[in-house]
Amino acid sequence: MKTILFAGRNTKEILRDPISFFFGLGFPLILLLLFNIINSAIPAEAQNTMFEIESIGPGVAVFGTIFLALFSGMLISKDRTTSFLMRLFASPMQSFDFIFGYTLPMIVMAAVQALFTFIVAAVLGLPLTINTALAILVLLPIAILFTGIGLLCGSILNEKAVGGICGALLTNVAAWLSGAWIPLDLIGGAFKKTAEVLPFYHAVQATKAAVLGNFSGIMPHLSIVLIYTVVFYMLAVIVFRGKMKSDKV
Amino acid sequence: MSAITVSHLTKKFGDLTAVDDVSLAIEEGELFALLGMNGAGKTTTIKMLSCLIFPTQGDAVLLGDSIRKDPIAIKQKSNVSPQETAVAPNLSVLENLSLMAGIYGQDKDSAQSSARDMSSRFGLNGVLNKSAKKLSGGMQRRLSIAMALISDPEILFLDEPTLGLDVLARRELWSSIKQLKGKVTIILTTHYLEEVEALSDRVGIMNNGKLVAVGTTAELVTQAGTENFEDAFVSLSGGEL
Repeated sequence: MKTILFAGRNTKEILRDPISFFFGLGFPLILLLLFNIINSAIPAEAQNTMFEIESIGPGVAVFGTIFLALFSGMLISKDRTTSFLMRLFASPMQSFDFIFGYTLPMIVMAAVQALFTFIVAAVLGLPLTINTALAILVLLPIAILFTGIGLLCGSILNEKAVGGICGALLTNVAAWLSGAWIPLDLIGGAFKKTAEVLPFYHAVQATKAAVLGNFSGIMPHLSIVLIYTVVFYMLAVIVFRGKMKSDKV
Repeated sequence: MSAITVSHLTKKFGDLTAVDDVSLAIEEGELFALLGMNGAGKTTTIKMLSCLIFPTQGDAVLLGDSIRKDPIAIKQKSNVSPQETAVAPNLSVLENLSLMAGIYGQDKDSAQSSARDMSSRFGLNGVLNKSAKKLSGGMQRRLSIAMALISDPEILFLDEPTLGLDVLARRELWSSIKQLKGKVTIILTTHYLEEVEALSDRVGIMNNGKLVAVGTTAELVTQAGTENFEDAFVSLSGGEL
């Protein structure tokens, strides 16, 4: 009950912030339309499939989840600095009420965001099939990964630092290293090797495999994402629980 | 009967002793003011009593429960209005109040009803559906205290409740706090001496983490041998007159 109440409050806080609403829902859709315009401008004889909707659609869906780190991080950080979290720490709420209360809205928002992205992608030519539902399911652990990163950053950093790290830095690093915009093979070398070690590229590949119905291609990539998700989420939970017991909220 | 019994309560942050061997008893329904310079240990004491931080040594028993052994039981029957306004900025006044009522166990209907009652008590009816971030400083303070009271606490901690308020808003808040006297045990920290004189039954003066004097304002004036309470506070806090 307390978890659901707190999750409801967190959902309202994020959705009533117009900037969050724009970045959460509007920005990925704008990107999708933008890439579609670019793709239309590429002559057929160039045989460039880089910006085709089958490639860009899943990439944009993953890109949308990166903002969850910013939303969750900013919310927690703001709750800490305004002492709202201190008020709640003085209440009978338990650590799992806080952790799930911050996470649940992000999972729901990720699912809604992905659904809108795939609907717009369908308008632009990506078939809307049962594989779309599978892709949304694949996106959920990716959403939890970014929520975990946000929870971790929000627990230890102030709003300004969270904005810098989860906003400017993470969105850029994750987007470029995901291979969502530019295939990694085009760049190769250390860039490709780095991208393959990190979860962002695998997140896009797993989502792409789900969309295309390449079922055997999902798990090899998703398993790497899951490892990162477990590590970051556990770390976030440990740090948050530590914060609850620490002398400085 | 004592609502709060504090025994040798101590809090150390590394080498710094923020609260040093404080012992004290506060009666049920009493409004007890903790007074002291910045860094005297007032907020740290409140944080320990409200189970936000764990004491290094000593204990306190609040209505029969120890802050060391039964923090959840204490959290259920006490509430805090922190130094900052501590409201959910994008939630309306009604939503903020309902949220807190729900967190303390009220069902949806009771929470809504309590939220409306509390809004009436604190003069928030006119801004019921306004988001908290759009309220004036004074209104936010009132909302913050209303959020602390909606759980019907037996013990209430008010940490500098009128900080930054203009005279009018402060007087309005005093009036709200006065209505609670005798019904709720209140520990209030403040820097405003006139607030202490207007509201408190007894005062504890803290200096460098120690509780150096306890009594009514009149008793403290007598104890310090001064002409007024301000001089008594300065004298008992170790300052020069």
